[in-house]
Amino acid sequence: MDWNLLISQLMNGLQLGLLLFLLASGLTLIFGIMDFINLSHGSFYMIGAYFCGTVVAYTGSFVLGVLIGLVGVFIVGALVEWFIARKLYREDHLDHVLVTFGLILIFDTLVHLLWGASGIAIPLPDVLNGQITLGNLVVPTYRLLIIVAGLLVAAILYILVAKTRLGMLIRAGASNRTMVEALGININRLFLFVFALGAAMAGLAGMLIAPITEASIGMGNDIIIVAFVVVIIGGIGSVKGAFYAAMILGLIDTLSRSYLDALLGLAMPSEYSETAAPALSAMLIYILMAAVLAFRPQGLFPPAGAK
Amino acid sequence: MLVKLIRTTLIASAIVTAGMAQADSVKIGFVTTLTTPAGVIGEDMKNSVEIALDHIGHKMGGLDVELIMEDDGFKPDIGKQKTDKLVKQDDVDFVAGYIWSHVLLASAKSVLDADKFLISANAGPSQMAGKRCNKNFFSTSWQNDQTPMALGEYLNQEGVKSIYIMSPNYAAGKDMANGVENVFKGEVKGKDLTKWGADAQLDFSAELAKAKASGAEALFVFYPGKAGGAFIKQYQQAGLQDVMPLYSVFTVDSIALPKLQAAGLTGVLGSKNTQEWSPDMDNATNKRFVADYLKKHGKYPAFYGAQAYDSIMLINSAVVATGGNLKDKDALRKALMAADFDSVRGRYTYGNNHMPIQNFYLREVVEDSEGRWTTKIVKTVYENHQDPHAKDCKM
Amino acid sequence: MSWLPANWSTRIYALLLLVLALAPFIFTWIGQPFYLDLLSRALILAIAVISLNLILGFGGMVSLGHAAYIGIGAYSVGIPSYYDYYNGWLHLALALTVSAVFALVTGAISLRTRGVYFIMITMAFSQMVYFTFLSLEEYGADDGLVIYSRSEFPEFISMEGATGLYYWIFALLLASLYFVHRLVHARFGRVIVGSKYNEQRMQALGFNTYRYRLVCYVISAMMCSLAGMLLGNFTSFISPDMIGWARSGELIFMVIIGGVGTLFGPLVGTIAFVVLEEALSAITIYWHLIFGIMLVALVLYGKGGIHGWLSLLDRKEEDRG
Repeated sequence: MDWNLLISQLMNGLQLGLLLFLLASGLTLIFGIMDFINLSHGSFYMIGAYFCGTVVAYTGSFVLGVLIGLVGVFIVGALVEWFIARKLYREDHLDHVLVTFGLILIFDTLVHLLWGASGIAIPLPDVLNGQITLGNLVVPTYRLLIIVAGLLVAAILYILVAKTRLGMLIRAGASNRTMVEALGININRLFLFVFALGAAMAGLAGMLIAPITEASIGMGNDIIIVAFVVVIIGGIGSVKGAFYAAMILGLIDTLSRSYLDALLGLAMPSEYSETAAPALSAMLIYILMAAVLAFRPQGLFPPAGAK
Repeated sequence: MLVKLIRTTLIASAIVTAGMAQADSVKIGFVTTLTTPAGVIGEDMKNSVEIALDHIGHKMGGLDVELIMEDDGFKPDIGKQKTDKLVKQDDVDFVAGYIWSHVLLASAKSVLDADKFLISANAGPSQMAGKRCNKNFFSTSWQNDQTPMALGEYLNQEGVKSIYIMSPNYAAGKDMANGVENVFKGEVKGKDLTKWGADAQLDFSAELAKAKASGAEALFVFYPGKAGGAFIKQYQQAGLQDVMPLYSVFTVDSIALPKLQAAGLTGVLGSKNTQEWSPDMDNATNKRFVADYLKKHGKYPAFYGAQAYDSIMLINSAVVATGGNLKDKDALRKALMAADFDSVRGRYTYGNNHMPIQNFYLREVVEDSEGRWTTKIVKTVYENHQDPHAKDCKM
Repeated sequence: MSWLPANWSTRIYALLLLVLALAPFIFTWIGQPFYLDLLSRALILAIAVISLNLILGFGGMVSLGHAAYIGIGAYSVGIPSYYDYYNGWLHLALALTVSAVFALVTGAISLRTRGVYFIMITMAFSQMVYFTFLSLEEYGADDGLVIYSRSEFPEFISMEGATGLYYWIFALLLASLYFVHRLVHARFGRVIVGSKYNEQRMQALGFNTYRYRLVCYVISAMMCSLAGMLLGNFTSFISPDMIGWARSGELIFMVIIGGVGTLFGPLVGTIAFVVLEEALSAITIYWHLIFGIMLVALVLYGKGGIHGWLSLLDRKEEDRG
């Protein structure tokens, strides 16, 4: 057993999990509080990456890119809530799916029109392009940054949701919407804020991943389904559940990619395990979700008080 | 009377939607990917086709050229539907293009059953070179196996002892990995096939960590399109360029390089790959093509574009040779087979399976005189190389 | 004119069926054989969409995994053909059995859930089918499988020609419409529709709603595999690409565009979707923008889909009368 390899794979899993959490936390809140299925949540992930990349291209500052990008995505999210989502909260889930699929097409094509098909690279400052040595482990600096930033945002979100008045309203909204309305809270403003905050977090995830993978059209559509799996496994409306589920999926995905073919190789000839392993590791998260839904449909960590 | 009126209206509206049919013209359908992130490849091909048409004055053998571009959306069934439209509705004489093996395989039957000519400007699946070769199918690119074989051969020449292989888990990805493996005489320390398709894996951290731990001497990869840029970045961020030199096929091209340069990823400079063409090739056709492309689009064309340019020139050579007589399929076929035109890669010939018999070169990533990153030919790895599937073709 | 159907929407649908019946002649007449291809594709998808509407529209079971059954049907043609078995009855039997078994097993699990959970679990199962076919290298994996010869039914008209295949499709489309019409008006259908709105009530009436819903799900899956079998024959090609969740999503959109829970809605919705896709993509490569705006507008302003708009005509008629 190569322990260094295992540790670096665990860190890779952690990194993936944190990115998934950034996406899924907003998704699960929007889903839980407004009962709104937002397929186009992945578009915010893409838009964040493009905003950030454009600012970096003009200013050369990654930090500035992230800050301006966050504000930009927050505004886009608010606009979507204001003009479209708001009108549909009480409608059928099918309407949500159709409208947000339409939004995906609109956002993808707008990005194609504005930035071209080729995608944009986001250069990192030299300090972030290097590696850091921890003991006898060599880790890319930037990946460490993703992990630190992800944990930081998770902590802030935890404090926001668990310790503030606003968080109390959000939690109450997720488990019992009518109660919040009865308290005389301006529910529209709360919804607007939650939606835009979720968008901004998805945008942040996109900004963090783009220096590794580039910003490209449809990048959010690839990952949004996995984010939905996180939401379902964690329990709709539960930020805590989204966190644990994202970690579990991140680790499962990374570890199965690195060890499954060796594991299957014990049971079958290598030419089969070589192709079966990627297929099975891609399937694992769906098997997990199906199992959770079959035995514990409310998810592993449903919000307190939810039915 | 009424019936006649209805018919005229319907035909008129059909013609309006289909575009007016011209009698004296060569009709060429060109199927490529114009949407999705892969649209950047289609753009390179489209730009090159337009330059080719400019170079021949939009005329072939005295006939006007009518070009119809179609977008396959990176999906085989859409590609097939567009091909059907080109064949049945537009009644084109030639169908060219095709980036992807699966789109080509799905569409080939429609073109060939209608007794029209099919010119692949990129995809080269083994079926089309072997058992399913066809008298009306020609390629201006290569068979999938050849480029990785050339790379394996080069590794042997260099005396590399061990490699680690990474490739996407799909048919062409596996072909590329096998191509290298079959030729390479050293040890393959490990191999990763990563998830591909609509939700392709773009974070290679787990695999790179494995590769590094394997202790292999060199790294071989095949990551076309957007995955290529992503891979190179992570390769450098993981600090592998000092430990494991990178060898690749169809990964580091003129589409990826400008973006890598913009991101300041110097780790890719000096990395080596194999290809049948390079922008710096020293022949008159290529110089003109590359110079015009640079002037018009401010960047180098990629091999996709070079092959697309050649596909138009190949068709042109056949139409000219037959004096514009598109009815005489046998004469056209014979003229295509002769490949009597100045290709951007220099002259090549066709084998029995209508795949080019051509040279493969080792290319290195360098900075040109104006500071742009591009590739430069270092040496010839294979001379007049024929693909291994030609023997399965009964033609 | 008393022989005319009573209301406008029925008249329009009758005219539509008449046009569909004559389509091959019309398109030959105006010299546009490609339009027949387009229509064939639309009608095949319409059968799948009708099958989806049976569970989605009438039964309230929103499946985001129906494309898996299209895949099963298409591979039931592709895999035997790969071994040179072209007997259509074999293909048909394979498609129906495999889809029924798969639907029975996954349906039994999925139907323990409701609403959005049902959407996600059906998606999960279809992704498993997708990745399974993706890993079957022998059958082309993601390169897909070319079907070099169509299913052979020596007893019937041959599928080889475009017109022959079209009438196969048209006949099966009519059969599907008739079948669904009879089904939803039978007691079975009333239980299904009843348990969509109030399951407890149906249970109180003594119906085992779970079992009814499961049977309905299996029937729908088998119908959909029939569409898959036709699609495999029509495109002469099948790849895992045609199974992904996005394709299942498209089927749902076609139901909504046409009108959820109506008999003819799925048919007109699918034709509209396919024709729009073709027409818009001929105009610009940025056609997705227009299409997206249309989808958003449809939800915000166009309740009830095309069937809903046609019904407006009927209401006006009634107002006048």
